[in-house]
Amino acid sequence: MTGVLYDRPVYRIAGDRGFLVEYGDRIDPSINEKVRAMSLALERKRPEGVIEVIPTYRSLLLVYDCDNTGPAALKQLLEATERELNDIRIPPPKVVEIPVCYGGEFGPDIEHVAEIHDLSVEEVVRIHSEPEYQIYMVGFTPGFPFLGGLSEALHTPRLKTPRTKVPRGSVGIANEQTGVYPIASPGGWQLIGRTPLKLFDPQREHPILYQAGDLLRFQPISASEYRELEERQER
Amino acid sequence: MGTFLVMEPGPFTTIQDRGRWGYQQMGLPVCGALDPLAYRVANLLVGNAADAAVIEFTILGPQLAVMQEADIAVTGAEMEMKLNHKPVPGWQSIRVQPGDLLSFHTLKSGCRGYIAVTGGIDVPIVMGSRSTYVGGKIGGFRGRPLRKGDILKSGTGHLLPTARRMPASHIPSYPGEVLLRAVPGPQDDFFEEGMTTLFRSEYMVTAKADRMGYRLQGNAVTLAEGAPQSIISEPTMPGGIQVPADHQPIVLLVEQTVGGYTKIATVISTDITRIAQATPGDTFRFESVDVDTAHDILREQRQWMRKLMKMME
Repeated sequence: MTGVLYDRPVYRIAGDRGFLVEYGDRIDPSINEKVRAMSLALERKRPEGVIEVIPTYRSLLLVYDCDNTGPAALKQLLEATERELNDIRIPPPKVVEIPVCYGGEFGPDIEHVAEIHDLSVEEVVRIHSEPEYQIYMVGFTPGFPFLGGLSEALHTPRLKTPRTKVPRGSVGIANEQTGVYPIASPGGWQLIGRTPLKLFDPQREHPILYQAGDLLRFQPISASEYRELEERQER
Repeated sequence: MGTFLVMEPGPFTTIQDRGRWGYQQMGLPVCGALDPLAYRVANLLVGNAADAAVIEFTILGPQLAVMQEADIAVTGAEMEMKLNHKPVPGWQSIRVQPGDLLSFHTLKSGCRGYIAVTGGIDVPIVMGSRSTYVGGKIGGFRGRPLRKGDILKSGTGHLLPTARRMPASHIPSYPGEVLLRAVPGPQDDFFEEGMTTLFRSEYMVTAKADRMGYRLQGNAVTLAEGAPQSIISEPTMPGGIQVPADHQPIVLLVEQTVGGYTKIATVISTDITRIAQATPGDTFRFESVDVDTAHDILREQRQWMRKLMKMME
């Protein structure tokens, strides 16, 4: 795919601690690949004064301290890093498998989703668990993955009335998006299943199981496998 | 052993520190003391490290029974404070003894107060910080605001050889009319008229004002012709002034991670303290500054803080 990336990145000032660089203006896998490559290259450099590099769908937000750097230096850093991209090896994205028990008590909206699209529940599960979804960004709540790549056959509007509490691990669909709730929160997504995995655990060495740029696949499991995995995790 | 027993928690009282920086890529907001200045000075007054955890309260302070000898200092909002029913001043260290009762009464100005104690409040460090992230139920005291009966411990520290006091001339005042300096951007190019409107109008703080953000009410900030209503969701910085579909600006604060609306400007770091001390009904005006000026102001404030530190030590 060509032509989706800007000819030149767009730099934006986000206050006295934030510097934003954009590589395109749409949700697109190739733009996000560029973001991922830049993010990994910058992480290796550990540039002085940069507190954090936050990858997004189509941009990077650099959080910095003005005692050690500033917008002009950061622009130079980004330009130099971009030139070096061809010479460094960017590892392929990790594929993270998330076991999901579809339907039943874990996915109360799956029949509704199937009905809307004139599909069987089994077809919904097959279509949803087939692709490797690109994780474009993590945010909104800790570990919440913004995923790209949901089949058009499953695009479903949000619930008319959001639930006040969506259980932790719920897998849902909202329009062209699909995702999974790492912590219990209110939400209006159509729930089709649930994972027993703790996607966010602040006590773990890696509090979340993936990062922006990785790929995510949902692996269908039975209710008994769900319980087994849940128990094993508790131990 | 504990240092404080919470007799009454107050409406919204949490443990906060300098914030959980560096985890926004995992979807964690920075959190931390909403008023970084009052927070920093509170710790300075009791001889703590700059990143020690404190108690942050909102509108009304807690009632605390002291369980262990310590130095405490209360900064931030101006209010009536009593130790064993006798008035005591803020912005200075106070030696407290087991059995003492600290209580707060009428709020005079400001919104948030900070209680620092020798050694800092000791709660587990979660992802690099002791700050409470209430939305995510992590950090601070069991991931939640304080409740009646909670027992707070403090870390190890030394009692002060001599009492410390903030010079009266340095104590900030919290007027109801607030001037906020802001750097245009990140999406300043989405606005034309709207930019002039923002920097020339007065905005009132609505009741929807908390650690996530302050919703304002005033002249509509319109987008330039042809500019899209929303953008692809991206991370937000504390101080970002977001303009949603109803054109009424929201100043985003420390418990936000991503947003999908355009941000016309970003309040400079040193002025976040003024937002933290504003209450519904107060008014904001914005003044445009460039990023270099914002950095100069920030460096000046750091210099001032170093001077203050020397003066007290």
